Amino acid sequence: MGSSGLARLHGLFAVYKPPGLKWLHLRDTVEMQLLKGLNACKPPAPKQRVRFLLCPAEGSEEKELTLTATSVPTLTDHPLVRGPAFTNLKIGVGHRLDVHASGVLVLAVGHGCRLLTDLYDTHLTKVYTVRGLLGKATDDFKEHGRLVEKTTYDHVTREKLERVLSVVQGSHQKALVMYSNLDLQSQEAYEMAVRGVIRPMSKSPMLICGVRCLHFAPPEFLLEVQCMHETQQQLRKLVHEIGLELKTTAVCSQVRRTCDGFFTLDDALLRTQWNLHSIQDAIQAAAPRVAAELEKNLRPQSGTEQLPGPAGPGVSGCPNSTLGVGH
Amino acid sequence: MALLAQQIPRWFSSINLRSFINATRFTKRFPRPGKTLLNGFCALPQLSSDNYFLQWGYKTYRTSSLWNSSQSTNSSGQESNSAQSTLLPAVSEQTEKTQKIPSFDSELSLEELDDLPALSPLQLISEEEAIQITADPPLPPASFTLQDYVDHSETLQKLVLLGVDLSKIEKHPDAANLLLRLDFEKDIKQILLFLKDLGLEDNQLGTFLTKNYAIFSEDLENLKIRVAYLQSKNFSKAEIAQMVRNAPFLLSFSVERLDNRLGFFQKELELSVKKTRDLVVRLPRLLTGSLEPVKENMKVYRLELGFKRNEIQHMITKIPKMLTANKRKLTETFDYVHNVMNIPHHIIVKFPQVFNTKLLKVKERHLFLAYLGRAQYDPAKPNYISLDKLVSIPDIANASVQDFEKFLKTL
Repeated sequence: MGSSGLARLHGLFAVYKPPGLKWLHLRDTVEMQLLKGLNACKPPAPKQRVRFLLCPAEGSEEKELTLTATSVPTLTDHPLVRGPAFTNLKIGVGHRLDVHASGVLVLAVGHGCRLLTDLYDTHLTKVYTVRGLLGKATDDFKEHGRLVEKTTYDHVTREKLERVLSVVQGSHQKALVMYSNLDLQSQEAYEMAVRGVIRPMSKSPMLICGVRCLHFAPPEFLLEVQCMHETQQQLRKLVHEIGLELKTTAVCSQVRRTCDGFFTLDDALLRTQWNLHSIQDAIQAAAPRVAAELEKNLRPQSGTEQLPGPAGPGVSGCPNSTLGVGH
Repeated sequence: MALLAQQIPRWFSSINLRSFINATRFTKRFPRPGKTLLNGFCALPQLSSDNYFLQWGYKTYRTSSLWNSSQSTNSSGQESNSAQSTLLPAVSEQTEKTQKIPSFDSELSLEELDDLPALSPLQLISEEEAIQITADPPLPPASFTLQDYVDHSETLQKLVLLGVDLSKIEKHPDAANLLLRLDFEKDIKQILLFLKDLGLEDNQLGTFLTKNYAIFSEDLENLKIRVAYLQSKNFSKAEIAQMVRNAPFLLSFSVERLDNRLGFFQKELELSVKKTRDLVVRLPRLLTGSLEPVKENMKVYRLELGFKRNEIQHMITKIPKMLTANKRKLTETFDYVHNVMNIPHHIIVKFPQVFNTKLLKVKERHLFLAYLGRAQYDPAKPNYISLDKLVSIPDIANASVQDFEKFLKTL
């Protein structure tokens, strides 16, 4: 039972990281829960060993003891003598989230750790919801940091905000094309641009594929950011800079990742679901999508692809995102 | 004539048996050992180290021979000897465990030894006798795990059957050595019977011994004195059993130490004798743990969190675990509950369970209630939600679990 449990424990799955928890502690907690589940399975039947013992020979009248091979139960493999069957698991973490951020965090177990680098090489975008607060400026761009400045924000309207956001998106659009190292004069580049698939497939600074404002109720506002190669602190800095562009100040109160590649909020497991069975089910559910996506990206990126169909939702692979690159 | 122990080569002992096996019939009663083997024993009294060596090799015969008879009465004596063998670091040579059934009569007459014919290693033996010689892999003289010895030591086997977790005990090498050395019939049984008299059930003995394996090195008299002391302090038998079950190290504390600790708690908490007794029965690890965290926590409650003495006493009698809680977690929880949730002191005193719950849980539920608009903690107002409901029941505020999970994913 334990071995079959372990056999189904190879692959990628997503977890919802709550704010205030370090990603390393999360990984250790998940490992501990998985080990608990694996060790709780019924232990195998006790082994026997063969010993040559003196036993009365069959069919002899005298009680002469002769050596016969007998199977004797052995306690060497008893769980109380040997200890728990599983003591550690290989669990890797995908794109990390810092302490105050929350959201979808991809973890890999066992052989899935190999897929993590492949997943990283696909350079898929991630979608965040970022909540900002106008009127304050702090030293680390977070809401509870050391206060640096307070400003008024009555003049800020939704149009002004959206104008700033489109400027941001436009400048990052140029950077996207530049870092993707494509020859813009070629037919392939044109077709990719038409499809909206242009993005850098190698290291680059943070690039924002799309920004839009979901909700604006001063002093609070909510943005949805689709980006790649980012850190959460850079997103908070973005909020700060948006505040500066609006001639006021802003701090970031929440950074939440809703989508990491093709793992969405629905796939993410909450803290109450961090146990063996739920994780096994999540791995199985995610396995076909992972395989399809990795295969698609391992194919050479040629513009004359015969199947433009599946590339529908654009670069991110996130079905919910309606942001189109280049619009 | 006297053969020194080292001069007896390995094969010699095995070949020796040939004549013995020929000479005697194997019966249930153990016949005498081969005499030529014992020649070496004549010289034994002078050589102490050789004594050990031979004792070890010699008695391994008994181990292997008694292997098939589980009801052997000598098995207990067996175990200490084979156990002794495992601890001897000086033993480099290991004789083969040959299949033979000697009996160790302590009074061996030297005349009988002389009567046995001398064996030569080049003597031919028949096929059946050759088959009769079995050579099991020898026990390692030193090991890092008790797995190697568990099949050869009845003490260890009986402990495993009781439920003692040997994998935890082998992490402490002194403990493992002690257990190997002990004899089940002589030492362990008495202490087990004592524990059963105290009121521990059979299935609880395993966990107790896993934690407090050192109780085997205690004197039975001392243990009885300590139990008598506790009874003199008006702890009932059932209470003592419960305390010992929850804090296995209690009986390893001397009487004066127990006395000091009980006195400390009485002075520090300033509770009545009966209440202190109840407190200690509920959380006996107060007596066995360190006292520093308790002192620190008392100061934290009084000075940092600002509770009055009677409030602290009330909270502690309800939740004794507060005394040993982590200081940082306490302050963080209190900070959130008092400053963010705006719950005043007198309500916290009524529900001290908040100090026992994880901060993350309290935070999530409070945020959920705030989102629903039902975060009302003032008992005077309507829609009041008490703190114990906040932390205990899974579905709070009459909302379904799915809604709560959906909300959690928006945090």
